[in-house]
Amino acid sequence: MLTELDSPRLSLPDLARVASVGLRTRRARAALSALGIAIGVAAIVAVLGLSSSSQAGLLAEIDRLGTNLLTVTNGQTLFGQTAELPLAAPGMIRRIGPVKQVQYTGSTSANVYRSPYIPAVNTNGLAVQAASIGLPHAVRTTVAQGVYLNAATAREPVAVLGAQAASLLGIDRIYPGERVWLGSMWFYLAGILKPAVLAPEIDDSVLVGFPAAERWLGLDGHPTTIYVRSVTGQTAAVQSVLAATADPGAPNEVDVSQPSAALTARADAQGALNSLFLGLGAVSLLVGAVGVANIMLIGVLERRSEIGLRRSLGATKGQIRTQFLAEAILLSLLGGAAGAVAGAISTILYAHIKHWSAVVPVTAWAGGLAAAILIGAIAGLLPAIRAAQLSPTEALRTV
Amino acid sequence: MTAVLELEEVTKHYGADPPIPALQGVTFGVGAGELLAVLGPSGSGKSTLLHLMGTLERPTSGRVAITGLDVAELADRELAAVRATRIGFVFQQFFLAEHSSVLDNVADGLLYAGVAAAERREQAAHALTAVGLGARLKARPPQLSGGERQRVAIARALVGAPAIVLADEPTGNLDSTTGEQIMALIEELNGNGATIVVITHEHAIAARCPRRVQLLDGRVISDTVS
Repeated sequence: MLTELDSPRLSLPDLARVASVGLRTRRARAALSALGIAIGVAAIVAVLGLSSSSQAGLLAEIDRLGTNLLTVTNGQTLFGQTAELPLAAPGMIRRIGPVKQVQYTGSTSANVYRSPYIPAVNTNGLAVQAASIGLPHAVRTTVAQGVYLNAATAREPVAVLGAQAASLLGIDRIYPGERVWLGSMWFYLAGILKPAVLAPEIDDSVLVGFPAAERWLGLDGHPTTIYVRSVTGQTAAVQSVLAATADPGAPNEVDVSQPSAALTARADAQGALNSLFLGLGAVSLLVGAVGVANIMLIGVLERRSEIGLRRSLGATKGQIRTQFLAEAILLSLLGGAAGAVAGAISTILYAHIKHWSAVVPVTAWAGGLAAAILIGAIAGLLPAIRAAQLSPTEALRTV
Repeated sequence: MTAVLELEEVTKHYGADPPIPALQGVTFGVGAGELLAVLGPSGSGKSTLLHLMGTLERPTSGRVAITGLDVAELADRELAAVRATRIGFVFQQFFLAEHSSVLDNVADGLLYAGVAAAERREQAAHALTAVGLGARLKARPPQLSGGERQRVAIARALVGAPAIVLADEPTGNLDSTTGEQIMALIEELNGNGATIVVITHEHAIAARCPRRVQLLDGRVISDTVS
């Protein structure tokens, strides 16, 4: 009992109970009006979660492939002609201290077909390249079918298909005696490679051994691309000396690049498309806010007698205002929580399918819930003020 | 006998141009422990009087005082506290929360009086026992008869032991037998010390009260004690 005439504040449990009256008594309506908020928050959480997860997936991929691969390619001469890497370049590079692995390919001018009857113009854009024996390991790929070249098959008319080349030629399995028309003779197929993410130029190539290429395809033995694996942490140092080592006479005619840099840039650029989807989520939140405000206004009209009763029981205007404001926030928060859970679940499911590790950033779900609370407060403000300004005698007048 | 409620030359006008008078020069007092009926036909100003006595509205002129506190000198917040602690209301339409138990409905009578939750429920159980519903604390209003619902509403009005209980047509929604029982309960509660004002248009109901104030066209035309 109060001795002085002062209205006490409602305790938090009392406020929670009073604020949930409308939601408990009209469940279906509350659920539907919270749906807009739920969809908005789900969209935001899912978009941020998916982009974080795919970024994590890409970084994991980069990690697996290694960032220590450098490629050396023949550039152009000062007069715009294609330069040639010296024959000795791979051997020279191998002598750089922190270099662990050196493999190389050499381009030929030959084309490859399923059979001699295919018109010569239908090249499929496939390249025929001579390749060193350890190439797949250096670019972190393996054979999907059959075997790779070895010291013996490198001297014979034997070819291995890159992943893309195999699909363009319509070959999906290896069987004994299978062959392709390469240059102007049959080459037997030994295997098909898996995609090489760090060296996509290998994917649309047909690979033969250097001795075979020199004997039948007129290759002069000059490498065109050299793949260099360095000790991790010394990659930059190796990169800085590669051009001069590969062609000391004309280092400016040598192009050196780090293929993983492109993947890293892609990972960094992941967020670029997000703003569109985040915008859609924001629109959904706005629509949800209008829904909540609408339902709260209707609620105030319908619950006039409840408001009148509460005023007669001693509720102040402020307590009525707080009740309806809290109800709007609660409604919106429940929608937001459901949306955050839905967004997180869809992120986890999609990441699972894509074999990424699922990442739901704290900023995504916490931000979504905070947005829901803010929206509830804004949407509930007008209805709450209306409810508080209703005169108790007006509210008690029924019919 | 100390005065719980005092009305002095109370006038209430509605609207501004021209003002419509609802009450004119009403003067009477209610002492502690009284059972009083305000009797009048529809349009006589009963509802306006109820709202003024219940501090839900302020008079246009004149003085309204509850337990000595002048309504004109109190802020809205303070009037809310007066209602929370010193006035109990009983309405014709009961106004019970259908999804809450009977016990919670009655406990809500103390929600705005600053009483802790456990204490509210304990007092509510006592009040329900006093109106004869001690065995139905867990029931929900739709499971009760009209008479039982009005008993719950009366328990809610009484739960804080207010200085005065204002009952607006408490039997208006009930059949005559049930209405009789509600009046018997009101008499019993008055016998236990509660100050109760019954507002009604039924002479039969008013006749059961020891004192009757009769209203007509916003004026008191008689104030009789039997």
